[in-house]
Amino acid sequence: MARAVPHKTKVFNTAVAGTIGFLMFFPILWILILSFKTEEDAIRAPFQVLFSSGWTMDSFATVQERSDYFKHFMNSVTISLGSTFLGLLIAIPAAWAMAFVPAKHTKDVLMWMLSTKMLPPVGVLVPIYLIFRDLGLLDTRVGLVFVLMMMNLPIIIWMLYTYFREIPGEILEAARMDGASLREEVLYVLTPMAVPGIASTVLLNIILSWNEAFWTLNLTAAKAAPLTAFIASYSSPEGLFYAKLSAASIMAIAPILIMGWFSQKQLVRGLTFGAVK
Amino acid sequence: MATKASRTAARMMISPSVILLLGWMIIPLSMTIYFSFLRYNLITPTGNPFVGWENYYWFVTDPSFKAAMINTLLLVGGILLITVIGGILLSLLLDRPMFGQGVIRIMVIAPFFVMPTVSALVWKNMFMNPVNGIFGQMATGMGFEPVDFFGQIPLLSIIFIASWQWLPFATLILFTAMQSLDQEQLEAAEMDGASWSSRFWFIILPHLARAITVVILIETIFLLSVFAEILVTTNGGPGTATTNLTYLIYVSSLLQFDVGMGSAGGVIAIILANIVAIFLMRMIGKNLDA
Repeated sequence: MARAVPHKTKVFNTAVAGTIGFLMFFPILWILILSFKTEEDAIRAPFQVLFSSGWTMDSFATVQERSDYFKHFMNSVTISLGSTFLGLLIAIPAAWAMAFVPAKHTKDVLMWMLSTKMLPPVGVLVPIYLIFRDLGLLDTRVGLVFVLMMMNLPIIIWMLYTYFREIPGEILEAARMDGASLREEVLYVLTPMAVPGIASTVLLNIILSWNEAFWTLNLTAAKAAPLTAFIASYSSPEGLFYAKLSAASIMAIAPILIMGWFSQKQLVRGLTFGAVK
Repeated sequence: MATKASRTAARMMISPSVILLLGWMIIPLSMTIYFSFLRYNLITPTGNPFVGWENYYWFVTDPSFKAAMINTLLLVGGILLITVIGGILLSLLLDRPMFGQGVIRIMVIAPFFVMPTVSALVWKNMFMNPVNGIFGQMATGMGFEPVDFFGQIPLLSIIFIASWQWLPFATLILFTAMQSLDQEQLEAAEMDGASWSSRFWFIILPHLARAITVVILIETIFLLSVFAEILVTTNGGPGTATTNLTYLIYVSSLLQFDVGMGSAGGVIAIILANIVAIFLMRMIGKNLDA
């Protein structure tokens, strides 16, 4: 039974939480505002910025013109979508098999897969760098797709496994009894039930690979650099051009910010490997 | 019931993942271990002789190693302290009845989706720049001397930036855990006259214990590898003031081209991460049985 909460308490809670929420969100809001300002206005004192009259889209155009934002954006899209879908292709059969045909060692296999995720990237930086150099994969999108796919494969398998396990196995058995072939079983029975889980997995993995900033910074130079590396190049001296830095930042984070809002719940499950639901 | 045929099929479906992950783990790992025993520098070809533990010796006795270990500990410890305590408080707050809870929650969680290079640069330039940054302008406006964040308190500044990114994560997880708390139990305790603090210590906190442990372990795994934030703000400096273990290994392997030394550092980083990983794996494994 929910108790009636005094209106005053509710207003008070809203005020406190709203203030904290606003402060946490403020840096994002601030660069959104600055990105529509001229460079001169952007470095004024905060209140002057707010009341300065000019609003302009120039910074967005300049960022595109000077540093070819779109190329880096496409690199990010290719790398995050590529690694996610390649990962799915390999992970779906594995997760399906472990969820529906569990064997004695299934749990050990799952735990072992997860343990590969615990390897710190820097521990294998040297060999991966040298292998990539020798194979000519440095600064290529193919190379990054592969590395990020491997980085996220354990999470993809794990997430899919927890979703698949929630699908009642009896339904699959019933379909089999009715004479469905394996292909039909997967296509018409399993897939429709698994789509929400797969969608969440895709969402989380796009977010993770979009924001990945160890391998993308270390394995790219110019050609294959995604948005993480693109922004890093603003470190100096362009970083002092607030309006341009803001415009570039906003364009880099906007797609993920929007996706992230839709995937809060799945995020918890994916990032805690099902330990918190 | 699984038949023999479906078992075989299952094995075939699992094997691509197993083979890939096995290769991904064993090949680079054994190369790292192998390189760590060689004198191997990419710019001074020396024929890569076997030198035993020499790389480890030089890596560990270098003063920057000690600095990097301390910085790593401070970085991980500081961020954990801020995000876990802050996360508990925020999730308690968000769990209370209020208007527009959904919107507020989204605002709190948003920083987690900002890529590390963006958040580092935005904080560095728009907020912590002593002349044009908001903090600097506020200080000057009130007649104080503005703080040169990355000159005077570089490590603290990075802890602050990373905490801004990870506080939403801790809040999100702890808030989710809070939702499964039995409200009736709390109400019963309240009716029996339990004060707010005893309800917090004896009901809420024990309920959150598991989630808190998970947050600590997962954050530790990620925070041991903080890299982009350091690269775009301080480059590990001034001196070695913000060099953590990950950054130190990056410097020796990709900037000084010392493959042997970098690999020795890599092995140390792996051992360090594994100590944490063992505990995390145990927790997750327990959950799998339940």
